Amino acid sequence: MKMTGAQILIECLKKENVEVMFGYPGGQVLPIFDKLYDAPIKFILVRHEQGAAHAADGYARATGKVGVCLATSGPGATNLVTGIATAYMDSVPMVAITGQVKSFLIGNDAFQEADITGITRPVTKHNYLVEDVKDLARIIKEAFHIASTGRPGPVLIDIPSDIQLQETEFEYPKSVSIRGYNPTYTGHPGQIKRAAKAISDSKKPILYVGGGAITSDASKEVTALAVDNGIPVTMTLLGLGAFPSSHELSLGMLGMHGTAYANHAIMDSDLIVAIGARFDDRVTGKIDAFAPHAKVIHIDIDPASVSKNVDVDIPIVGDAKKILKELNAHVKKPDTKEWLKTVAGWKKMYPLNYKDDGLIKPQYVLEQICEATKGDAIICTEVGQHQMWTAQFYNFTKPRTMLSSGGLGTMGYGFPAAIGAQLGKPNAHVFDIAGDGSIQMNIQELATAVANKLPVKIAILNNCYLGMVRQWQELFYKHRYSHVCLNGTEPDFVKLAEAYGAVGMRITKKEDVRAAIDKALAIDNTVIMDFVIEREENVYPMVPAGEAINKMIGGGLA
Amino acid sequence: MKHTISVLVENKFGVLARISGLFSARGFNISSLAVGETEDPTVSRMTIVVEGDDKTLEQIKKQSNKLIDVIKVVDYKEGDFLDRELILVKVSVTAKNKKDVIAAAEKIGAKIEKSGEKSVCIEATGDRSKISKLLDVLRPFGILEVVRTGRIAIDTTDKGLKADGKPEVNE
Repeated sequence: MKMTGAQILIECLKKENVEVMFGYPGGQVLPIFDKLYDAPIKFILVRHEQGAAHAADGYARATGKVGVCLATSGPGATNLVTGIATAYMDSVPMVAITGQVKSFLIGNDAFQEADITGITRPVTKHNYLVEDVKDLARIIKEAFHIASTGRPGPVLIDIPSDIQLQETEFEYPKSVSIRGYNPTYTGHPGQIKRAAKAISDSKKPILYVGGGAITSDASKEVTALAVDNGIPVTMTLLGLGAFPSSHELSLGMLGMHGTAYANHAIMDSDLIVAIGARFDDRVTGKIDAFAPHAKVIHIDIDPASVSKNVDVDIPIVGDAKKILKELNAHVKKPDTKEWLKTVAGWKKMYPLNYKDDGLIKPQYVLEQICEATKGDAIICTEVGQHQMWTAQFYNFTKPRTMLSSGGLGTMGYGFPAAIGAQLGKPNAHVFDIAGDGSIQMNIQELATAVANKLPVKIAILNNCYLGMVRQWQELFYKHRYSHVCLNGTEPDFVKLAEAYGAVGMRITKKEDVRAAIDKALAIDNTVIMDFVIEREENVYPMVPAGEAINKMIGGGLA
Repeated sequence: MKHTISVLVENKFGVLARISGLFSARGFNISSLAVGETEDPTVSRMTIVVEGDDKTLEQIKKQSNKLIDVIKVVDYKEGDFLDRELILVKVSVTAKNKKDVIAAAEKIGAKIEKSGEKSVCIEATGDRSKISKLLDVLRPFGILEVVRTGRIAIDTTDKGLKADGKPEVNE
């Protein structure tokens, strides 16, 4: 059957089971929007294309499906770039579709023309410029395949508007065959046996679990490996939720703002089992001082991540879930009794702590949110101190409940991501934990949230500062608070919420915190809770840049 | 240390930009890059000479393999391959020394492509030591211009390098 490019796009999205997409119209996507007008796909109009990209990202992280966003050419496309880069750094499956000027105008500096395939080449897993409408269906199928398999990532498809109007016979390819793309899923059996023996022989093993374990849906297998064998577990920011934080074997997050006991444990271990984690600099600190006594087993789907930063003794390339199933069958329980005693001792000596001295402390707010939601909510964060306090004080027990920009660290990510997550999980309570700086970066999406009746709860931990930068300036730049003070320039967030048709609350007293959270949870609308918190609270512990991760400062540490 | 790698890629628009972008983003030093079609018109082949230690080379191979348009990456160990490069050199000559320039070039196996009163253009094909010897011999006479293609390489086994998908990188 003959169809236009725009119709083919819609048909392909239907074939890929796309139920929701996010975007913003414009001149070079008019043919597509015309077909979207009566298409059976829920289209969410955002108020800034960056919001569309982050929402598609949040939707993907919360559901495991591919997030889809659509923007016009030129500025519409470039507005997606931060969101695409965010997804790229955190390996999120996303397909971004952009309109482009007519094929014969490309390269002519046409109106609203941008070389988006050139611009996004370094921040996409792959990208396409469609040159012939006959290629469109195959390209879309390939894009979804590439985005969602192997190590997931964003794929961009740039479609010139004349191609959106051209007709061709539509046939959706039955299969995808890309000779240059063949991810490995099954781990090498010899390596798996070697790893099993190394674990069985170890005295101080530790599991280091990252986002890849969640992407692979490997929580059950990680838990079995840990619990059946008495091995403590530490998680990266993106790995939180892969193993329940409430379990006694959990050490919480490790790294620059991780728990002291997680950092001591990994530095003292004799065997690190890395699962879907990439030894990022926030985790390793000074690389040549990292885990000096440990052998390293690295289970990862991306061979390029193996031995990139840290030398790996037993690499196993493949899908974490598959590999762990095999591994668990071969591991014999190691003797970790002494090790667990040591680790428990560290947990007792160096708990996360804060001075609860009457003002509203951000850590207290997070604890209350955790209690009020029974640890069952989907928590999105922006970037900064509040993000770290969330990782420390909200006990994540389930995968796909911690949505945060880890790799790129994008302020403004959390709120649109929460919108995407709420759409993907309509029955969940979805929070955006924000700072007063971050929330202003995509505040316009209040309109999107209210218009689509998404009862996202925004908790602003308002200290009137760009907190994380202020902390570094306090500790390392002699208190020279250069351009981080927002005091006196902030909007009244309550009035701002109401201006958009949402509900606003300001909380200034500690005794009102819990009541506000409970009230917000019961409101069937978008809610902003503006918590006025202690201004100069610092995130501790902290590993200063360039230090080994057991050289932490702050938080009552030895 | 310099390494020579061959990369088989899809013969599509933008692939060269992808590779060079990857290398520059990750700080991999390209000494030379030569690219052309293979016996299969859908496949292009790049020969890249890179600078770096073994760990860097491993990352280069792995990151290149990640690119969807890259079909295969091969690196050549010393002794396993033939390397060749084409060079054109314009040398300034005088009536007195022109004979010597020509003799020196021909002794190394280079050809005189154009012979004028004040300059000659010399062409040579060879491995890196022949090219380097030629330049050493011509330098004292005064080199006006040098154009090089960059190295290409082929292994000396009985098998052809086929674009049959990436071997699984399982260490």
